Amino acid sequence: MISAPDVVAFTREEELEDDLYREPPLPEEYSVPLFPFAGQGANPWAKVAGSKFTRDFILISEFSEQVGPQPLLTIPDDAKVSGTFDLNYFSLRIMSVDYQASFVGHPPGSAYPKLNFVEDSKVVLGDSKEGAFAYVHHLTLYDLEARGFVRPFCMAYISADEHKIMQQFQELSTEFSKASECLKTGNRKAFANELEKKLKDLDYTRTVLHNETEQQKKANDKGYYTTQAIEKANELASVEKSIIEHQDLLRQIRSYPYRKLKESEFHPYEPECALDRADVGGDQDPPASDPAEPGETHLYTHVPSYTPKLIKAKSAKCFDKKLKTLEELCDVYFFTQTLDQLHHIERTFRGDVCYLLTEQISRALLKQQSVTNFLFEDVSFLDEKPPEKQYRGCQGLGQDAIDEKCSEESLAPKVVISLGSYKSSVECVPIKMEQEVENSEEPKMSESVMSEHQENLDYLDADIKGSISSGESIEVLGTEKSGSGLIKSESQASLPVIPSPQAGRSKVGSRRTVSEDSIEVLSTCLSESLIPEDFKASYPSAINEEPYADDDEGGLRFTPRLNPGVDDGQDDASKQESLVQVDAACCIGKESPSFLEPLPELGQKPCEEDGVVRIPPQPYRPAEQGLRGGFPSHDGLSGGVLPYELDSRYLTGSRDVSKSSLDECLDSTSYISSAASTCSDRTPSPAHLACAAGERHRKRAGQNALRFIRQYPFAHPAIYSLLSGRTLIVLGEDEAMVKKLVTALSIFVPNCGVYAKPVKHWVTSALHLVDFQKWKLIGLQRAVSPAGVNVLHALSRYSRYLSILDADSKTLRCPLYKGTVVARLADHRTQIKRGSTYYMHVQSILTQLCSKAFLFTFCHHLHLPISEREPEESVVNRRMNFLKLQLGLANEDIKIVQYLAELLKLHYIQEPGHGGNPLLRFDYVPSFLYKI
Amino acid sequence: MLRWLIGGGREPQGLAEKSSVQTIGEEQIQNPYTELLVLKGHQDIVRFLVQIDDCRFASAGDDGIIFLWNAQTGEKLYELHGHTHKITAIAPFSSSDITEEKMDLIITASADRTVIVWDCSSGRQVQKASCFHSTVKCLTVLQRLNVWLSGGSDLCVWNRKLDLLCKTSHLTDAGISALVELPKNCVAAAVGKELIIFRLSASNNGSEGWNVLEVKRLVDHQDNISSLVSVNDLTFVTGSHVGELIVWDALDWTKQASECNFWDSSVHPDVQPEIKLSQSPNEISVQHLTSDEECVFAAVGKGIYVYNLQMKRVIACQRTAHDSSVLHIEKLPNRQLISCSEDGSVRIWELREKQQLPAEPVPTGFFNMWGFGRANKQANQAAKKMQENTPMYFLELVGDLIGHSSAVQMFLYFGELGLATCSADHLIILWKDGERESSLRSLTLFKKLAQNGDLQLRL
Repeated sequence: MISAPDVVAFTREEELEDDLYREPPLPEEYSVPLFPFAGQGANPWAKVAGSKFTRDFILISEFSEQVGPQPLLTIPDDAKVSGTFDLNYFSLRIMSVDYQASFVGHPPGSAYPKLNFVEDSKVVLGDSKEGAFAYVHHLTLYDLEARGFVRPFCMAYISADEHKIMQQFQELSTEFSKASECLKTGNRKAFANELEKKLKDLDYTRTVLHNETEQQKKANDKGYYTTQAIEKANELASVEKSIIEHQDLLRQIRSYPYRKLKESEFHPYEPECALDRADVGGDQDPPASDPAEPGETHLYTHVPSYTPKLIKAKSAKCFDKKLKTLEELCDVYFFTQTLDQLHHIERTFRGDVCYLLTEQISRALLKQQSVTNFLFEDVSFLDEKPPEKQYRGCQGLGQDAIDEKCSEESLAPKVVISLGSYKSSVECVPIKMEQEVENSEEPKMSESVMSEHQENLDYLDADIKGSISSGESIEVLGTEKSGSGLIKSESQASLPVIPSPQAGRSKVGSRRTVSEDSIEVLSTCLSESLIPEDFKASYPSAINEEPYADDDEGGLRFTPRLNPGVDDGQDDASKQESLVQVDAACCIGKESPSFLEPLPELGQKPCEEDGVVRIPPQPYRPAEQGLRGGFPSHDGLSGGVLPYELDSRYLTGSRDVSKSSLDECLDSTSYISSAASTCSDRTPSPAHLACAAGERHRKRAGQNALRFIRQYPFAHPAIYSLLSGRTLIVLGEDEAMVKKLVTALSIFVPNCGVYAKPVKHWVTSALHLVDFQKWKLIGLQRAVSPAGVNVLHALSRYSRYLSILDADSKTLRCPLYKGTVVARLADHRTQIKRGSTYYMHVQSILTQLCSKAFLFTFCHHLHLPISEREPEESVVNRRMNFLKLQLGLANEDIKIVQYLAELLKLHYIQEPGHGGNPLLRFDYVPSFLYKI
Repeated sequence: MLRWLIGGGREPQGLAEKSSVQTIGEEQIQNPYTELLVLKGHQDIVRFLVQIDDCRFASAGDDGIIFLWNAQTGEKLYELHGHTHKITAIAPFSSSDITEEKMDLIITASADRTVIVWDCSSGRQVQKASCFHSTVKCLTVLQRLNVWLSGGSDLCVWNRKLDLLCKTSHLTDAGISALVELPKNCVAAAVGKELIIFRLSASNNGSEGWNVLEVKRLVDHQDNISSLVSVNDLTFVTGSHVGELIVWDALDWTKQASECNFWDSSVHPDVQPEIKLSQSPNEISVQHLTSDEECVFAAVGKGIYVYNLQMKRVIACQRTAHDSSVLHIEKLPNRQLISCSEDGSVRIWELREKQQLPAEPVPTGFFNMWGFGRANKQANQAAKKMQENTPMYFLELVGDLIGHSSAVQMFLYFGELGLATCSADHLIILWKDGERESSLRSLTLFKKLAQNGDLQLRL
């Protein structure tokens, strides 16, 4: 709605205007030399500097441990898109910045591998030679067969326009995070399944080996062990160690803090319902099966789907095996969701950056106009999170899929029961481990199992440390919530201080130090050499671009557990129990040399609390004041204006500051046009966020409206009818023609509420009063049948409520219009030629009308007397004077504003969720017949 | 702005019954109803609207459901289910006992031979009587005596608790079609062609016992009595299917005046006899009567007639006020008259005194409202006489409301809240003054703003 026609000129449109309106060529002497690079349809602003791909695309690459960086897939999946662009080479470039491949399977000091829940990293890369710039989103997926159990991947949004990447960084980051979260969730699920299978295999192997050893023992009466027996014993030991390791991995993957996802804003993907249900299933299941006798037979009858295999002592060499594909690494449902999201991203960011920016700004501004924006705006377009809803819907539909997952999930605890038996085999105190694990899935409920949390937090600690340290070394633009986790560790650290037996405590400490070690390793692994020097230099300013670490979030996260009431409320028994569990869980860690060390983290705590690390350094931005001056500094706005802020920062840091100075930023249009000077994309620009269909519809409607205005001399009274709330009937025999007219005119119809536009494209039956209440623009069939007579009879009967546009005989019957607003809105001599341009023109004039209606509606004294004694007439006079003099409305224009004001009132008064009766307002005014 | 197209009779060809209906253009300055609300709920013809209090009304019809509505917002308050057949009569019964708090009740009678008393504040059925031998066709509440009467094939008297106090013997199979309260504990019941006067007298034994006695039978009507209305304490009026209108003395039940020539166009000089012949009984039937202190307003066929009680003659009429039978008329306080008809329209009329006496060559079709009640006299004489001593009146059409797609059965005037109309198209429409509604909405808006703390007044 808020539009700048001069910007629109840069947008391209496929279905251009009629040839009729094409101007004759300029005389030779006036013509401007053609832009040298102008190919067919290229605009002179397009930056053609050698990019080898035709439009933006998304690339997914992997750093394969076997063959190195390799491209996996592109979106759109079209060879033409990437063209001659060397995907392999570019994959190498983008993967070479990855720092997270540095996973340590067995951190020194730890007996068994640990998983890192590594935060994604977001980097902007540029390759001027290739003319490609990319937003790169690194993530790691778990794979049991992979080295260190992780497979590094990255998703990259590749564009020829570096401004686009920079200015849309925040949006890209948000959207890609969604995709990444989805992918990782699916991966965790798949990984857990894989682990369960592996555990079953191992357990089976152990049983077999155990039996063999027993037999050998019996057979052997010599008093000494044969080498064979020793070998077997070793093998058994290694299998048992392996079991413990895998068990631990399983617990780690299950203990992934889901709550984190729920709290943070951008995880619409997380099928919460599915997870919740899975949790519920996990909680309910263990009591059902008997944990007291966790016999394998009992176990396996429960899981008939998988027959365990004997595992060879030595696993295959890593180059022998075939690594899983991305699809195999992830749950199918989540994989498709991820692809959907990536397609959505591709669609969303298609087109020129200036277009995206205008769209974003106008959307941000429109969102503020909460009182009036429903009138002429597509409200779904303004909706905060339309794609999420869409996905929610998908999930709702995919009920089967969810059920399937639930059943998968519910299988898990059964396996977990056997953990007890694993434990007992390593001679630990037999404890009901299942409780622990089950709680780990639902951390909020697990007050009694502190050890679990501690472990979780250890992992978190590790992650966070890792990401922070990496952030220091590389041009990482955004690592999510890098600071927030620290508080967690503090709050965590304070937990064990609550009186507890010494033994348990020391063990807790030991585990914590172990995790600390792993962090050390992780951070040292990040070597500077990994980062190519030119990458580093290309965006020096970008280093500081860590998005705001949300301190509050982190602080709040653990408050429920820190609540002393909760802790105090616990009886000692449960604490004891939890500590014993710690004992059990940590029994493998006894070899750890750091066992007796004091708790280093407790010592670290104070300095972390200073918040030095938590808040990433922010560049000083003098321009911001000025920028904010241009717009009302409103909280709700910040999201929308963000592109400006980002841009100013980038511009100050980047080399081409000269291109658009900060002063220019003040003037939005001039700024946008300068930003528009690079057009990476030669594809038509769709709306940002709004679905492409809606955009096409608008374009078509604009084009049709333009045609209508030029064709029909009585367009003004027709449009006036629509704007003043008088139902307009488009009568005709030909459905296509009528629908076209209705589409054209629909852009002038004010919405009555937040529902769809009150437009009915095609009706064949006779109309009733109720229809006029509901619809303000109706396409009606003219039929020769008796029914058709009825239809016409109804029209003449209700003629006072209607304006009738006869598409066949080209006549219009409606009240007279003598105002000026519509003349500006629909000038048949307009120079505007494009549908979308005209649409914007209409929207801008309608916005003016809206603001007038807003003023009119919300001026107290125009409607209510100033004093008690003031007669009604003087209020009426004041009202009319305001409309005429202040708002400058003439004649029928007053009625338009009055109608809009009435709609505003109704909308404002209306109780939310209460539909309210639709009312029909009308006037007793004579109609006239217009002919061409 | 106003065009008169009356008097089909004066057309040379004598045809064009259709064009004889007065119409009004699209510009209706005096018509205040510029906003409407459609109330949906009924599934069959809506026949009755009854006012409960200042802002509530009930509707009932052939679907046997009673709806309670808010007249201001159009909100549906209650949906009362209980009858299995169509509703035949409905009456409000607000008890104003000093001991109890005010209770708004409505009584409904249905073709399923039951009568139900409903509580309007809770929307619940209070009591139900199903001991009837025939359908109750009319209900009358005698507030003064705190009893109500039901009229079917016999007349029953009930108290508020739905105890049958007394009843008459079986009167007729056709049943009582109308009841009206008269002074001195009397009621008049229209039974076919007869008008029967009953008197309620306190019985000797019980404290709350009543006896009902037939006092008099009046057999002056030639055909079935179709309408019965009480004008004041001294007078009541009846109308029959053949267009007779009789004014009765309410105390001694004697005939004060009668008018039976509404339909007789021969009395009128300019109406041609063909039309008279073509008239069917339906077109001269007195459908509905209403009155104020001075006049009785009669809906006769398609026309509306104003009968002055003092002058004992019709002072103004609109022979073809609607395209089809007029079903209901109501006098408004402001000299306006509203009529609704089978043609689906509602029209607003104003009774106006003619400013200027017409000279001799007045186009008769234009002012054809005078001269009634002069059956046996020469038209010229009548005209001259009237010019001499009586003011001239005419009914001017000031607005029409078109919204229903079928016969408008009834309407209810709510003063400034508007007008509710019910129709055979299953709808009820609330017609409202758009200006007033708009300012009310503004008021609500600023109240809400103030509530939200967004209102800042700077004088």
